[in-house]
Amino acid sequence: MDTQHVTVTVNGEAREADVEPRLLLVHLLRDVFGLTGTHIGCDTSNCGACTVHIDGESAKSCTLLALQVDGRRIKTIEGMASGADLHPLQQGFWDQHGLQCGFCTPGMIMQAAWMLERNPQPSEEEIREGISGNLCRCTGYVNIVKAIQQAAGMLSEADTAKAEAAAQVQG
Amino acid sequence: MAVEMEVPTQTTPEVGGMGHSVKRKEDPRFIRGAGRYIDDVVLPGMLWLDIVRSPYAHATIKGIDASAALKIPGVLAVITGADLEKAGLHWMPTLANDKQMVLPTDTVMYQSQEVAAVVATDRYTAADGVAAVVVDYEPLPVIVDPFKAMEAGAQVLRPDREDRPNNHIWHWESGDRDATDRALESAAVRVSQRMHIPRIHVASIETCGCIADWDAIRGQMTLHMTSQAPHAIRTVLALVSGLPEHNIRVKTYDIGGGFGGKVPVYPGYVLAVVASLTVGKPVKWIEDRSENLQADSFARDYHIHAEMGATADGRITSLKVRTLADHGYTDAAADPSKFPAGLFNVITGSYDFPDAFVEVDGVYTNKPPGGVAYRCSFRVTEAVHAIERMVDILAHQIGKDPAQLRMENFIQPEQFPYKTPTGWEYDSGDYGKALKLAMEMIGYDDLRREQAEKRERGQLMGIGISSFTEIVGAGPSHQFDILGLKMFDSCEIRVHPTGKVLARIGVQTQGQGHETTFAQIIAEELGFPVADIKIEYGDTDTAPYGLGTYASRSTPVAGAATAMASRKIREKARHLAAHLLEANPDDLEWTNGKFSVKGSPDRSKTIQEIAFAAYTNHPQGMEAGLEAVDYYDPPNLTFPFGSYICVVDIERSTGEIKIRRFVAVDDCGNIINPMIVNGQIHGGLTMGLAPALYEQITYDENGNNLAGTFMDYLLPTAVETPAWELGKTITPSPHHPIGAKGVGESATVGAPPAIANAVVDALWHLGVRNIDIPITPPKVWAILQEKGVAT
Repeated sequence: MDTQHVTVTVNGEAREADVEPRLLLVHLLRDVFGLTGTHIGCDTSNCGACTVHIDGESAKSCTLLALQVDGRRIKTIEGMASGADLHPLQQGFWDQHGLQCGFCTPGMIMQAAWMLERNPQPSEEEIREGISGNLCRCTGYVNIVKAIQQAAGMLSEADTAKAEAAAQVQG
Repeated sequence: MAVEMEVPTQTTPEVGGMGHSVKRKEDPRFIRGAGRYIDDVVLPGMLWLDIVRSPYAHATIKGIDASAALKIPGVLAVITGADLEKAGLHWMPTLANDKQMVLPTDTVMYQSQEVAAVVATDRYTAADGVAAVVVDYEPLPVIVDPFKAMEAGAQVLRPDREDRPNNHIWHWESGDRDATDRALESAAVRVSQRMHIPRIHVASIETCGCIADWDAIRGQMTLHMTSQAPHAIRTVLALVSGLPEHNIRVKTYDIGGGFGGKVPVYPGYVLAVVASLTVGKPVKWIEDRSENLQADSFARDYHIHAEMGATADGRITSLKVRTLADHGYTDAAADPSKFPAGLFNVITGSYDFPDAFVEVDGVYTNKPPGGVAYRCSFRVTEAVHAIERMVDILAHQIGKDPAQLRMENFIQPEQFPYKTPTGWEYDSGDYGKALKLAMEMIGYDDLRREQAEKRERGQLMGIGISSFTEIVGAGPSHQFDILGLKMFDSCEIRVHPTGKVLARIGVQTQGQGHETTFAQIIAEELGFPVADIKIEYGDTDTAPYGLGTYASRSTPVAGAATAMASRKIREKARHLAAHLLEANPDDLEWTNGKFSVKGSPDRSKTIQEIAFAAYTNHPQGMEAGLEAVDYYDPPNLTFPFGSYICVVDIERSTGEIKIRRFVAVDDCGNIINPMIVNGQIHGGLTMGLAPALYEQITYDENGNNLAGTFMDYLLPTAVETPAWELGKTITPSPHHPIGAKGVGESATVGAPPAIANAVVDALWHLGVRNIDIPITPPKVWAILQEKGVAT
């Protein structure tokens, strides 16, 4: 089958490939780029294991063609930590036992990160609604909710500290 | 409000032995997306296998034309049943000593059955090949109803089984039929009920798959796969293929959930092995979600009729249960050999009564095979649902509070070890304590008052209880085997010279956290910090033989092996310490990870010092090194228990059921890691909620699967799942080395009847005795309409 060229930025790095037009984004990430942290759990956009960010928006990568993201910025679970420093959500999931088999975890973290960007202080109900497109079969969601709450707190503290530092500089 | 129970500890948090909520050692890789699951594994030169599946539930195959598929560039081979037949590989044995087609030679028996396999250079081309294979089917009449399958003159679905003249697979019974009949006849009160525990699917978020890698030069077959029981797979593969077992290596990776669905051998695995043997390259097969839901092993599908006798004031005297078990076209149940209906005869539950009789008949239909557990120990969920529903029906019938009736019928703490009328010996329990705690946590008496007030106003509120007893930890070798393999389990521990530890276990984690909890057992027994202990599993070339993880058997069996292996090491360490301290071994005492001379605590050697000496300064006449292996054959099963209370409100205009509160009090014996125990219970409760309200695989009259994707097979999301409230009691198992019982499945077993009882409790005054799970809004709405209370 004929191929087409696709150029994307993945986790801040420019990547390109010649792909079949029918190639799914999730397969571009996993099979072509070797970023296997993004998982596949269903064929119907129900489970959310394949959730990534495209230009900052949460998206299910099993339901997009690779060509649809040509020229766009993609962030996957592999791009969440800065070196040894975990993202607050990663820390929250670890501290709160928000994962068991770990298969839904990357998608869950990516979805939660997007949700917290839009709503930094969600209620429990808003958290549950916000991750309702991501299925977990192990945890019963209780500790995932706690993990996201912990991360929301950490992110808010970090923002406050940043604002105070900025105020000091200005002052 | 969760009740945080103080769990006793003997070690410091730095050591992290039993009772500490040690953060999981496996998590750093998972939270970074660095877990490695089967589909993440890529081998050089790897090919792809995809499967042609039947659109019919029952049909004759008149021909398979692969010519168009083979013309597609990149399609290398198409494998059919005829090809396999030449090698005698078209049938394979099931775990239940029946046989299952790898590929059919003439007839398909269920929708989505494997018909042919396509091998290609990549996953998309393999799918193209599947689409291009033309199969000529002639549809046959379909039997989906097991009762119709049992009718005289019904079409015989398995003519290959000459020992079976009809669709009846087996009859199994337990208990005393005559005594039970007599007790029922003389009972002042008799209640009976039919109920169906429907067909469901474990639906782990990772589907099944493998890579078969045949190295012809070395004569080595490596099967990389998703399996809950890698050693058993290796032995079965050796027996079926004729390959020597030492040249077969089964290797698992991180597993994205198991729940019983990754115990069986599926045709896809065998096809990948055959393909790799044929083409001499690694061949990967990964099923998609539709294949997973439509063809992999199902769970449940028990049609139960139960009858219970009692005295006028509600003392249970007898229970008689008849069950039809729909096994699909072959019996591929993952049960121990002597137990075709699993441990279903634990059905007398938490109650003390003299007479019980249980019989189960297995039936063939045109549905996929299976009979796996869905996160439970061999049919215990079906049993618990039946007894807990019956107890509630009895209570309502005689007008007694269901909690009170349970309290009056519980086996009392002093009766343990308790022999049930169907032959089990319960190890320990305090059922009244657990129910009392649950009632206190939820405010039971206030809820009953509120319910009475609301009923006056026409509002529908229900309170449901489930006081379950589980039976896990299979099992003692005199009773338990699978295909002849005894159900012991194992641990091998190596202590390195610098005091670091490598331990390998015969069980396999699918999310339970074995890398953490098994390290905690060793930390408890030997005093090494959890951080210094690495746990490995899942590679049959290195791990000691074990029967795998299912039926909550990891802690009861391999956990015991780990404690026993640790104690062997401690005993050798005592002799090493005696040598180092120039003392008599009997004069040493073990505390806090060191041996010291009794009465002279300053004269001591830490376990780390002893480990170094084992390699640098061992006494003459003693073997060097510090290692031990234990194969643990449990003396009995373990019997975790608990009491759950669920409060529901029913919306009269829609039939919607809202779970307002759910309190779960569990007793799993001694606790290794409270955080992980609670996590297991949260997950188990959610997998109990699922079949109670949402999940069911149904078929139309033509055998079409009506729940073949996540669009129709409804896993609970975070929105439907309540905020579970947990409590604990601790009643150690007297026969287990660390007093633990197992916990992974209790909540899945205990939760469904609590929910069903709550819904029926809300509707009993309208004349509702039972609603089969899943209790969906349409079912409830129809009842509300019929009773004239819908708004």
